[in-house]
Amino acid sequence: MSTAAAEKIFIKGNEAVAMAAIEADCRCYFGYPITPQSEIPEYFARELPKMGGEFLQAESEIGAINMLLGASAAGVRAMTSSSGPGISLKQEGISYMAGSELPGVIVDVMRSGPGLGGIDASQADYFQATRGGGHGGYRIVVLAPASVQEMYDLTMLAFDLSDIYRMPAMVLADSVVGQMKESIIANPRPQTLLPEKKWVVRGRGEGEAQNVVKSLHLGDGEMEAFHWQMQARYQELADKESRWEEVQTDDAELIVTAFGSTSRIAKTAVALAREAGMKVGLMRPITLFPFPQKAYAALSERCKLFLDIELSTGQMVDDVRLSVARDADVAFYGRPPGAGSLPTPEELFEQIKKNYRAVA
Amino acid sequence: MKQVFNRPESLKDVATHFCPGCHHGTVHRLVADALDDLGLRSQTIGVASVGCSVFLYEYFDVDVIESPHGRAPAVATGAKRARPDRIVFTYQGDGDLAAIGMSEIIHAANRGEDITVIFVNNTTYGMTGGQMAPTTMPGQKTSTSPNGRDIRKDGAPFKMAELLSNLDGVAFSARVALNSPKNVLNARKMINTAFRYQVEKKGFSFIEALSSCPTNWGMTPLAANQRVTDEMIPYFPLGVYKNTANL
Repeated sequence: MSTAAAEKIFIKGNEAVAMAAIEADCRCYFGYPITPQSEIPEYFARELPKMGGEFLQAESEIGAINMLLGASAAGVRAMTSSSGPGISLKQEGISYMAGSELPGVIVDVMRSGPGLGGIDASQADYFQATRGGGHGGYRIVVLAPASVQEMYDLTMLAFDLSDIYRMPAMVLADSVVGQMKESIIANPRPQTLLPEKKWVVRGRGEGEAQNVVKSLHLGDGEMEAFHWQMQARYQELADKESRWEEVQTDDAELIVTAFGSTSRIAKTAVALAREAGMKVGLMRPITLFPFPQKAYAALSERCKLFLDIELSTGQMVDDVRLSVARDADVAFYGRPPGAGSLPTPEELFEQIKKNYRAVA
Repeated sequence: MKQVFNRPESLKDVATHFCPGCHHGTVHRLVADALDDLGLRSQTIGVASVGCSVFLYEYFDVDVIESPHGRAPAVATGAKRARPDRIVFTYQGDGDLAAIGMSEIIHAANRGEDITVIFVNNTTYGMTGGQMAPTTMPGQKTSTSPNGRDIRKDGAPFKMAELLSNLDGVAFSARVALNSPKNVLNARKMINTAFRYQVEKKGFSFIEALSSCPTNWGMTPLAANQRVTDEMIPYFPLGVYKNTANL
């Protein structure tokens, strides 16, 4: 049965995540309470049993990620969600899932840190999410929603990409998009062609071969072969699945780049700049891994100045600098996350003006 | 001629990596016997842990998930919740279950997850070379307790079969040993019961198997076996600590 509604509904970002997951046939949720994402487990606790699914409040973040590992290994679409302190605890399990080529969706509604930090919006877990986060050298799919509609759409996409590429997928949100309410269209699950899960551990049945889900590779050359295979998969992911949004970049002499909720403030600042007659555009990556490197490279063939804006002291800016042409400049403006540090559109407009002088 | 003794179908015909005199092989055999006896092989999911037990999938002819250190009960919970019609068991050592995995085992047991946990207690970390485990006995010398376990500093060994028996979610908790034919036969019966309870959806079932570790104890297989008799069983008494059928 579909929970999708074609008409618009007014819903909180965190609830949109849970609603989309159920529509995407997620039938197991394991989680632990943490602000600012607790609406996600609360929605699942209320709605998942109605769909014949399993909601379980785990004893810990570590318990939750390992339950996800078990359910995914058993072939069921499953997810967990948390925020910074909890996501740190889950890194062990995420590494094992990556090593075991297991799908599974992890939602990180970022809050400020380090440590207990605060519950305000942050983008400072970009490194943790896009660099693998745990031990051993691996990447996971990372999607960055900038609206409640994208909380819904990208959660569904996370399940599909995770299944197709056999790796964990993370929805990297923040407390702004998690906590705000917007009108969305709850689209039905897309009819994506998914590979058959022949590797699933479900009891081998009579006459079937044994299936083993594991990350231990002790044989000569086995571990290296695994890594090369994953590198090829990451490349395929980058070639086929990179997603981004461009706003008024065609004639832009300065391109602002930002992701998630910060990109919305940046979009308003870009509009202010256009009103003032400045040729400014916006480049918003939607997939943070794979990072849309080729799109940045293409933009920088013509536009030689980028302004990266983040709610952190600068993390994505590394990827932007690695992606643009060698003769393009990348300026940075960011503020450390925390109560009161969310920039205003006017503040970002000032930064645009300051940098635009260099090209004007 | 009738063949009366066979390798269980649930075990593969391969040599194990276990040291001479180690009881892991016997425990594997008894678990496989139980799966065969109850006709569960084709519907069973094994959950391997970290330590000497990690190669479960090399020896058991069932589907297996390998889990992070100590997390097997959480992984098993996920698998069982995803596929409640399957038989799910974990196989864990003492460092895995009673040290780094204490939270996972306590909570899985308390939730009464319909899984079976096989816990091998050999009073040491075997795979990493004989360090002090949460079950290392008072005064026992290991590579990280060179002067013997000092219970004022390191705490006393955990008695897991007793500890878990206090939780309402636990349907069956027993401690067995493999040091004599009589104890092996009894262990076979207990392991069979533990799996039968899972089939009957009675709740969480737990078997603690006292095991020798001649290599890390620095003993011959015979002397190690004798240590199970002389030192371990008096400290970790054998028996059924919880059986909901008797309540």
